[in-house]
Amino acid sequence: MPELLQFAFSGLTVGAVYALVALGFTLIYNASDVVNFAQGEFVMLGGMITVFLHLAGLPLPIAAVAAILITVLVGLALYAFAIDLARGSGAVQIIIITIGASIFLRGVAQVVFDKRFHALPAWFGSDPIRIGGAAILPQSLVVLAGAALIVALIFLMIDRTILGRAILATATNRLAARLVGIPVRRIVALSFALSAAIGAVAGLLVTPITLTSYDVGTLMALKGFAAAMLGGMGSAPGAIVGGVLLGLAESFGAGLISSKYKDAIAFLIILFTLFVRPQGLFGKRVTERV
Amino acid sequence: MSIEMGMTRRLALAAGLGAMTAAAPAFAQGEIKLGAVLSVTGPASFLGDPEKRTLEMEVEALNAKGGLLGRKIRLIVYDDAGDANAARTFATRLLEEDKVTAMIGGSTTGTTLAMVPAFEDAQVPFISLAGAIQIVQPVRKWVFKTPHTDTMACEKIFEDMKKRGTTKIGMISGTDGFGKSMRDQCVGVAGKYGIEVLHEESYGPRDTDMTPQLTNIKNKAGVQAVINPGFGQGPAIVTRNYRQLGITVPLYQSHGVASKQFIDLAGPAAEGARLPAAALLVASKLPDSDPQKKVVTQYTEDYTKKTGQPVSTFGGHAYDGFHIWKEAVERAKTDNAARVRDEIEKTKGYVGTGGVVNMSPTDHMGLDLSAFRMLEIRNGDWTLVN
Repeated sequence: MPELLQFAFSGLTVGAVYALVALGFTLIYNASDVVNFAQGEFVMLGGMITVFLHLAGLPLPIAAVAAILITVLVGLALYAFAIDLARGSGAVQIIIITIGASIFLRGVAQVVFDKRFHALPAWFGSDPIRIGGAAILPQSLVVLAGAALIVALIFLMIDRTILGRAILATATNRLAARLVGIPVRRIVALSFALSAAIGAVAGLLVTPITLTSYDVGTLMALKGFAAAMLGGMGSAPGAIVGGVLLGLAESFGAGLISSKYKDAIAFLIILFTLFVRPQGLFGKRVTERV
Repeated sequence: MSIEMGMTRRLALAAGLGAMTAAAPAFAQGEIKLGAVLSVTGPASFLGDPEKRTLEMEVEALNAKGGLLGRKIRLIVYDDAGDANAARTFATRLLEEDKVTAMIGGSTTGTTLAMVPAFEDAQVPFISLAGAIQIVQPVRKWVFKTPHTDTMACEKIFEDMKKRGTTKIGMISGTDGFGKSMRDQCVGVAGKYGIEVLHEESYGPRDTDMTPQLTNIKNKAGVQAVINPGFGQGPAIVTRNYRQLGITVPLYQSHGVASKQFIDLAGPAAEGARLPAAALLVASKLPDSDPQKKVVTQYTEDYTKKTGQPVSTFGGHAYDGFHIWKEAVERAKTDNAARVRDEIEKTKGYVGTGGVVNMSPTDHMGLDLSAFRMLEIRNGDWTLVN
């Protein structure tokens, strides 16, 4: 059985990152109906900026905080200079803008940083912890704990604060929210900032395990999107469950079936979800009236 | 050719295809024209870029010393950006318009194979800088190559295993072009060394976690060593996961990761990993008695001084191609294509960055396993093992 436990550890770690990316998708989707395909680039920025600030001599914790702040600024800039200017355009146009932004950010990262892979030191060393014949890295526990903390904070904020209520209201009905005096544009901007922060944290937590480079965002966005689809687009609990399930499916698939099809699993899950349960596991069935 | 014509051509080229000519303006009549189609930009630029810089550096140095046979060399470089179709077009252009008498280039196997028919038809010697054995097997009259092959890397690893009494191995390979090709070559020659591959796994080029695959290898009874043919960040993650799972049998990496970056990325996990690599990468570690010591040290010094970048084996392949051609021209006392071809084929005991080259009518590469050194990573640095 130790191998099954090993697959589970591996799947949970990867799944936690997918879950954070999916959560970023969800926040922006709820606030603005936009699927932000630059979400993966936030993960890349979180990792890469930390790496380069650390190389420049900043202590790791300061580099990490700075990376989160810079990524938040990038997220806000994305909203202000691309998304907000195109408001009034259809969702499809705005989604295409986010794809453009993702290519743009990757290009800039290639020039500002470089094209090589980089690693960060693990927070608590790299001696694996052995549990029941399987081995887990201390950094994997950091990733899991970090993901859990972020999820808890987001849920608390949405549930307990006026700001959270405003986000919820905007997600439910933008026009009604505006009518009761909620600054909808600022709320959407906030959702971009929050998503950027979540992506950056995911990036800097996971870089000691998975390494990072200017182009890691593409695959992250695809996997996160698959996770969000599986969980149900727009559902925050769905994003978490979808991410973890996807991570586990990949790791058990690679271990038990064949490692050749590991990346195909995410795409099979998207197709299967669309065919069988288009609203996802936690999504509400939407009926459009004609 | 008049100076004016040379200028016009240079302008036309610059304006036309974004192609590049070397900075050498047209000299008086009698210059020797050397062609090079390289993947200077695009996905294979890590090959073409150092190759171009090396050729330019060597041509410049030789011209400064008075050229070859008292004639200046004019290097004509075109960038195929890794596209085989573009490479073929440029090859035709080199032959029909520039009328080169030899060609060094073809950064990738794909571009090389696309250009081979053009040079065979035109009967102009072509020294390729690409890896695959198919370039010189079967032997083509006008085609040569300088890099070692993946098969040789496999053989070097198997030789080391045999010495240590290892016969049963596991393999985890990348599904990228390099990983796949080397995996096939290794499986192909394993039998020759009495080595049996008990279990095989693979991973995608962007995979970030290989513990499931390695768990399966770990649980396979009888595996005495593991080989990881791959390129890029994959092998670094495999190495980290390998230590995480506490697998104790030796791990062999390929020559694809023979760079300092691999040690940086894999960190302490790289300790004890073995891999075959060209002498060029361990220039300072070679004993003074090593025949290659002089040439690799000199090239490393020149290249880093000129470009400010670390050397790569790829630039070294271009260095070897250039000098094999240069010595052939000197022996032939002419740049006549047919005479130079014959002399290239007679290359014996040329000591280059890639090894000692002994060509023959049946071997247009001329390298043996001594081209590779077996390295082990100890204390975060390469160590030569015998």
